[in-house]
Amino acid sequence: MSIPVLKFDAVIVGAGGAGLRSAIQLSEAGLKTAVLSKVFPTRSHTVAAQGGVAASLGNSEEDHWTWHMYDTVKGSDWLGDQDAIEFMCKKANEVVVELEHYGMPFDRTDNGKIYQRPFGGHMSNFGEKPVRRSCAAADRTGHAMLHAMYQRNVKANTQFFVEWMALDLIRDEEGHVLGVTAMEMETGQIVIFHARATIFATGGAGRIYYSSTNAFINTGDGLGMAARAGIPLEDMEFWQFHPTGVAGAGVLITEGVRGEGGILRNSNKERFMERYAPNAKDLASRDVVSRAMATEIKEGRGCGVNKDYVLLDITHLDPATIMKRLPGIHEIGIQFAGVDCLKEPLPVVPTCHYQMGGIPTHYSGRVVMQQGGDHNAVVPGFYAGGECACASVHGANRLGTNSLLDLLVFGKSAGDSAVEDLKAGRAHRDLPKDVSDKTLARISALDNRKGGASVSETRLAMQRTMQDHAGVFRFNDMLKQGVEKILEVEKAARNLEIKDKSMAWNTARTEALEMENLIEVAKATMISAEARKESRGAHVRDDAPDTAEFPNGRNDAEWHKHTLFSPVDNSITYKPVNMQPLTVETIALKTRSY
Amino acid sequence: MERQDYERLRWRCIRRGLLEVDIALTRFLDDGFDQLDDEEQKAFVELADMEDYDLWHLISGQADIDDPRLAHVVNLLRKS
Repeated sequence: MSIPVLKFDAVIVGAGGAGLRSAIQLSEAGLKTAVLSKVFPTRSHTVAAQGGVAASLGNSEEDHWTWHMYDTVKGSDWLGDQDAIEFMCKKANEVVVELEHYGMPFDRTDNGKIYQRPFGGHMSNFGEKPVRRSCAAADRTGHAMLHAMYQRNVKANTQFFVEWMALDLIRDEEGHVLGVTAMEMETGQIVIFHARATIFATGGAGRIYYSSTNAFINTGDGLGMAARAGIPLEDMEFWQFHPTGVAGAGVLITEGVRGEGGILRNSNKERFMERYAPNAKDLASRDVVSRAMATEIKEGRGCGVNKDYVLLDITHLDPATIMKRLPGIHEIGIQFAGVDCLKEPLPVVPTCHYQMGGIPTHYSGRVVMQQGGDHNAVVPGFYAGGECACASVHGANRLGTNSLLDLLVFGKSAGDSAVEDLKAGRAHRDLPKDVSDKTLARISALDNRKGGASVSETRLAMQRTMQDHAGVFRFNDMLKQGVEKILEVEKAARNLEIKDKSMAWNTARTEALEMENLIEVAKATMISAEARKESRGAHVRDDAPDTAEFPNGRNDAEWHKHTLFSPVDNSITYKPVNMQPLTVETIALKTRSY
Repeated sequence: MERQDYERLRWRCIRRGLLEVDIALTRFLDDGFDQLDDEEQKAFVELADMEDYDLWHLISGQADIDDPRLAHVVNLLRKS
């Protein structure tokens, strides 16, 4: 079967913040650049980012990139690579100012500078007091960013392939990456994108969890493709959770609800936070509240048929106060929980929000993997940036407003590195003879299989398993069972059946292909989480508690290292954390406390 | 609506930038869209074409729309 081949200098998969930023570098360098996206670029999940982008511009008060770097290292619980963190924090001002020049409508101060506001974890003078570092465009920062960068790309003649799904990474025998196979949704046609540089900017995979704030589009397509091509996934045990998402929907309920007097209750109607945090109670930190909720659910005091959520009660508050101070909450309750929160409590559960791990990259945006004794050998022709990549700047936990910064800095650096490599003479390499065989075999299996597993049931089984066994607070026995269960789910995910065999706009097929990506991420997460026997950042284990010997349960002697999950044989290896910044002194290991 | 047009619309509803819009539109497609007449379906397609925040503000009652055709379907979305 002859498959059409489209030849480009560079192909970028994903048109969210990182993909658009990369594309600007390539197109403005005069390179023929294709961007593939499952949706129109301005509908990428970057649109959901409201908080802002961090940069030590110092417009409102004194600030410095070294302070930002310190905060990021500390936020990462010292798992972030200090060369990459220095690179990102130092580049922040440059990428924000560039964005301003692209037309991004940042909020302004009275004297016309970019207005900056404080954000959790961002401090001045190495952790002394909060600093105003976040640059925002009202509450639509991600939205405004996508529009500004999309327009810049149109001007630069980037070629967009909208409503196309990339299916598999093309690698030759020597390990070079030569592009992707992809499907045009409108026709179902499979096409080869043959490129000198391939950049992944596919976002996160938060849909592996039952409760997730991520839009449905976040199915980890880049991670799935990388895994199928034999590239390991780094630090996949680290996922950031938010304590209060609407159970069953994932939609966020702002922490302001507890700030206004909302109370968390278990199935006995007990205000359980009094036991976990006698002073702060429901206003304890996110971590403490999330762990308490998870413990109540694990110990059988959850609510509902499956006893898998707790209740957030605001029925004792004055309805006028709720409507005035918490706009939208009443509607969210009705729309997503079927509950009138003025009369009944809201069902809530700790909810997955952000993926810290991903495809291992150098801070230049080049994808790296182990070869022989080298932990960081470059995979030629392959680059990644944004949430799908692990540079690693977020380490074990991410600071708010560093995600938009990540996608700008590493989107740009991936683009710059690709330009550099192409200008240095990287040519199109011959496509392997079996270039599309694996992709066609996957499609054919889906189209012809009878008696296979249902996509929606398999996805639900995966999401339930991840939520129950590798959620915000982790238990040794649950993780061990979780590994067995997710491997069972994997068998179903490799045996999916779809009823609709049509070519055009076959959403059943697309969802099945997404499921094949999700399961790679779910498996990597579960196995990596089970293996890491300490608590660090967002990975918190019941059997690695806070002790004098191991503050916060962190065990640097044994576990100060990056996890690498190999999809080839489900094995785990580790590589050292890079503690050597580019120009400044190492930020030495210290207990993380706020 | 032709099958192909419906499937295209479906994809554009079940893969949005905001989770809130994903859920609201998916639910409506599964339970409500079939009962719309041709004019209402056209209005729904127009709404689905909107930016995520604009659409979410309409669905969640934080904003209103003047066009009575669209306002009618927004009301149905709010109730679904």
